[in-house]
Amino acid sequence: MKQSDIFQILLYLVLLIALAIPLGRYMFKVYTGERTLLDPVLRPLERMIYRLAGINSEKEMGWRQYTVTFLVFHVLGIVLLFGIELLQGYLPFNPRQFGAVSPLHLAFNTAVSFNTNTNWQAYGGESTMSYFTQMAGLTVHNFLSAAAGMVVVIALTRGLARRTAETIGNFWVDLTRTVLWILLPFCVVGALVLVSQGVIQNLSPYLDVQTLEGAKQTIAMGPVASQEIIKELGTNGGGFFNANSAHPFENPTPLTNLIEMLAILVIPVALTFTFGHMVGNIRQGRAIFAAMLVLFVLLLGVCYTGEMAGNPQIASLGVSGPSVMEGKEVRFGVVNSALWATVTTATSCGAVNAMHDSLTPLAGLVPLLQIMLGEVVFGGVGSGLYAMLVFVILTVFIVGLMVGRTPEYLGKKIESREMKMATLAVLIPAAMILIGAGLASVTMAGTASVLNPGPHGLSEMLYAFSSQTGNNGSAFAGLTANTPFYDWLGAVAMLIGRFGVIVPVLAIAGSMAGKKTVAPGPGTFETTGPLFTVMLAATVMIVGALTFFPALALGPIVEQLLMLAGKAF
Amino acid sequence: MQKIDSRESFESQRKGDTPLRGMSSTQREISAGRRESLGSAGSAQGSTRGKGGFNSAILSRAVIDSFSKLNPRVLWKSPVMFVVEITAVLTTFFSLRDVVNGQAVWFDAQIAAWLWITVLFANFAEALAEGRGKAQADSLRRARSETLAKKLTGAQVEEIPSSRLRKGDMVLVEAGDFIPGDGEVIEGIASVDESAITGESAPVIRESGGDRSSVTGGTRVLSDWIKVRITANPGETFLDRMIHLVEGARRQKTPNEIALSILLVGLTIIFLLAVATLEPFAIYSGTLASVPVLAALLVCLIPTTIGGLLSAIGIAGMDRLLKGNVLAMSGRAVEAAGDVDVLLLDKTGTITLGNRMATEFVAASGVSPERLAGAAQLASLADETPEGRSIVILAKEKFNLRERDMSGLKAEFVPFSAHHRMSGVNLEGREIRKGAGDAIEKYLGERGGTIPPEVKSAIEDIAKKGGTPLVVAEDVKVLGVIYLKDVVKGGIKERFAQLRRMGIKTVMITGDNPLTAAAIAAEAGVDDFLAEATPEAKLKLIRRYQDDGHLVAMTGDGTNDAPALAQADVGVAMNSGTQAAKEAGNMVDLDSNPTKLIEVVETGKQLLMTRGSLTTFSIANDVAKYFAIIPALFTATYPELGTLNVMGLATPQSAILSAVIFNALIIVALVPLALRGVTYRPLGAAAILRRNMLIYGLGGLIAPFAGIKLIDLLIAALGLA
Repeated sequence: MKQSDIFQILLYLVLLIALAIPLGRYMFKVYTGERTLLDPVLRPLERMIYRLAGINSEKEMGWRQYTVTFLVFHVLGIVLLFGIELLQGYLPFNPRQFGAVSPLHLAFNTAVSFNTNTNWQAYGGESTMSYFTQMAGLTVHNFLSAAAGMVVVIALTRGLARRTAETIGNFWVDLTRTVLWILLPFCVVGALVLVSQGVIQNLSPYLDVQTLEGAKQTIAMGPVASQEIIKELGTNGGGFFNANSAHPFENPTPLTNLIEMLAILVIPVALTFTFGHMVGNIRQGRAIFAAMLVLFVLLLGVCYTGEMAGNPQIASLGVSGPSVMEGKEVRFGVVNSALWATVTTATSCGAVNAMHDSLTPLAGLVPLLQIMLGEVVFGGVGSGLYAMLVFVILTVFIVGLMVGRTPEYLGKKIESREMKMATLAVLIPAAMILIGAGLASVTMAGTASVLNPGPHGLSEMLYAFSSQTGNNGSAFAGLTANTPFYDWLGAVAMLIGRFGVIVPVLAIAGSMAGKKTVAPGPGTFETTGPLFTVMLAATVMIVGALTFFPALALGPIVEQLLMLAGKAF
Repeated sequence: MQKIDSRESFESQRKGDTPLRGMSSTQREISAGRRESLGSAGSAQGSTRGKGGFNSAILSRAVIDSFSKLNPRVLWKSPVMFVVEITAVLTTFFSLRDVVNGQAVWFDAQIAAWLWITVLFANFAEALAEGRGKAQADSLRRARSETLAKKLTGAQVEEIPSSRLRKGDMVLVEAGDFIPGDGEVIEGIASVDESAITGESAPVIRESGGDRSSVTGGTRVLSDWIKVRITANPGETFLDRMIHLVEGARRQKTPNEIALSILLVGLTIIFLLAVATLEPFAIYSGTLASVPVLAALLVCLIPTTIGGLLSAIGIAGMDRLLKGNVLAMSGRAVEAAGDVDVLLLDKTGTITLGNRMATEFVAASGVSPERLAGAAQLASLADETPEGRSIVILAKEKFNLRERDMSGLKAEFVPFSAHHRMSGVNLEGREIRKGAGDAIEKYLGERGGTIPPEVKSAIEDIAKKGGTPLVVAEDVKVLGVIYLKDVVKGGIKERFAQLRRMGIKTVMITGDNPLTAAAIAAEAGVDDFLAEATPEAKLKLIRRYQDDGHLVAMTGDGTNDAPALAQADVGVAMNSGTQAAKEAGNMVDLDSNPTKLIEVVETGKQLLMTRGSLTTFSIANDVAKYFAIIPALFTATYPELGTLNVMGLATPQSAILSAVIFNALIIVALVPLALRGVTYRPLGAAAILRRNMLIYGLGGLIAPFAGIKLIDLLIAALGLA
């Protein structure tokens, strides 16, 4: 392991935490309605939005109303984006004169993808989408789907923090405040910084240039910076270009690479602190953060080690040293590619700066496993923390009994209703991944798309369904994704993976809000110390990972063993 | 602690226990013997209890029951085991098919057999837990046998079978008769043999009015007669309910058990999916996993250990209470006991020995302490109250004043009267009186005497310290004050400190004035006290604690305790108490011993701990089983997967078989633990967690690696696979 690599990783983590702590505090103020610096500008704007939309911002919602509103909002969002895609040919800002996004299953898959914060892209951005679709369709949903995830975790946090309450907040207010106070300001600043580093932002037609060798090349243009920053900040991951953040116009320099990686994790990390503030005990948030960090460092270690060790067969050729540079950008190198891969799949981001298909099997296992765990290692904006809170509930329930009391979290008793919902939230995505990949692996429609034989092909199918169900959106590549089978079933996976978790989570928020709080004392199960952190991490690994261990054994694990034995796929 | 040579006080001190209210010393001795089973700290005797309680009759019955429980309609209630049974059926079917086809069957048949054994072991655990209760129910049923009741209609007595009695009927019960049903004594007084219910052979007194008016059907009047108003229809009596409870026939899952079952079902479904989808993945990889092998993997992964032992743990928890002669009306109550963090304890009998003891003679100026002691002794010789006797004992101890024969002294004893509020003795022209300060002052006032100021200040001093001053006067002269003290039980302070560490707050309830209460509270080390307690004040106190998020346990016996008993999260009614109290509480203590509340709480905690520990153990086990089975499944296709065979198991077959056998054996190995509960220590949550996590979490991770390897060695040695 190189010292400079360790230094880079540490620098990244230190910067990340240093940014997340104040942001966590700031978001706490935003969601509890405390005064912030931006209030003079944003308050009137907020009031105007409510007046135009006819929203009573004073009236809070019970969990059922909150959920229904949430679902209706998403159905409308999908319909709208689907419409824009189909009518693209008639809409402005279309210099390349792209027609409707087709085939139909691709348009639908994309509409679902951007509404569920997945940003699975079965298309190449620069060759399919007009500037209008990119901006009014995709970028808008980059904001809204991110905000929707954050809103859910805030509702859950309120449920845990409140005492015998009927309501968990107002969906419209939470959504509006998330966009206005958190996402927009940071995106404006972030986009400008990216532009300063060379990320493009224009509406000009694509350039046709003559290369040095004399060949003609078309260079895609577009409003990239504005979409780039929310792509990361909202853990969306939908690249403007097909090459995503490996493309020099999206991610030109090591500095932009660092900024973009920070943008991916800063909100998920900050939310753990926001959570601590909201439940009135910052240590509660810190314990969850610590468990996430432990898992993150562990998995990053595996990924980095896998890449550094590389493929012995390539090493024996003596071309580029043992470390694997296939599928990587030279300007990022191994460490930043491994770090990015871990970061992007720890969250539900899915933006990539290197091709995951080319990772060594062991390193490729890490992104896959992180998604399968439910993206709880920091996770997507909002979605990571609420999924982790589901694991917290499971952990508290399983080991909490050992102190001789019925389990409680933050003073709330965990009873059968919460267990039912928590179990569903874990069960539903796991079932979708396994059934989806299982179907793919034994049907022609599934296996025909696979470009690599053997265990690597299995990894590709597993990754496709994990990524979509987990609303990650990163692609392992090596799989022809734009087929009716993968588009339709993938859309279903994304919907189930998103709402199959959110609805139970909101139900937990509702039932927890209504409960009395039990007084803490020396007999109370501690959810703040290092012991809890370890147990939470262990529960995630045991309950989460064991579910997928058989599948993983036949995919990346056996592939790694085969590679070491001299076979590659 | 004051040395006391009264036999029962000594006895109760030794047990760290209290003389029971309303019982003679012989009764106490007997019940002390029975009480032992609950254990002084709920753990020390744990290991002996688990084994000692089973005789061969219970064991053989349990073996038979474990087969009858294979009935799917019964097993359905335990979903995890139900799944195991289905896999067992499937595996058996495939083995038989192989037999018909003339293929090698040895391996599949062994797996099938071990899957059946897994189910049987789980059934056996449950049957064993139920066994003791069933045996007890049988003996209770014998007490319920049909009797004739003497029904009163006006002045007429009509003999009818007890099954025809209805609520509100009046019956006459005379010496030798069985009491035909639960009821309230409305007239008369009788000694009653309640051994059928309490196992207590010494008779108890039941009389109309007051807190000793309730009688239970199936008990027998030994002497005198009583008229009883029946308060329960046949089939709904205390005895009927008790039979149902101990038998566990209508046992309902408790809330936490339901929640845990949901988790277990969820895990089962997840693993079912993981195993079911393994087949398509295997097909893609160009191999095929056989059904028996997949069944083996599934059974190893689903939480069979906790799934198989869950109901046994619950039954055993109630059973442990029952052995301590506490009858929980529902499993929910036992669970709630574990959550309790505030104990309301009656001062008398729980915290103090129950009687005030003379501890000091404070003589007036100019009077020698010997003279005071002598006069006090004379005044108390005929006083058979515990206070009176303690004075005699103290006089003997301090000044070696031997007891004198009353008849030889020609003394005339003046008994205590509510009017004068004094007692004393007249002999040879001397009039010695002892009594409360104001009573003696009045007595002296009539004779032209007063209490000197230094004695008055001594009286105040004693009162401030929580004691009771008893002034002794001879004729018109005040000799001094006897310091009567409420003696706090030995070891109780340490016990409360333990409870505090566990996060349980103790609150002393007493009718004393606040000054006295505060002094005793400080001495006993309780966290809080309620002085001059009325039933309303108690109820208010419980509500206040509950509003602050606490769970409250209390004991009570009187009718006026009923609202508080009902309000408390755990209300333990004394069996000696009234019917109303017993209805209101969710537990009944057949020994009527208020100290037991502490053990009840500990039993509840132990139950929950056992459940949690075995769940953790069960889930942690899965890691090792994966390492046994996954490489075994696919080494044919990918020999490289052999790297995962970290245990170095002999062959794929032996690996799979070892995992299945370990999975079955661990259930039966943990049966004793499930029945007696994990070792309980009165520590804070963090310390308990660290300890249990180490044993059951880390242990659960490591143990199966060793266990499976060992079984594999055996299998290889025996050539089974």
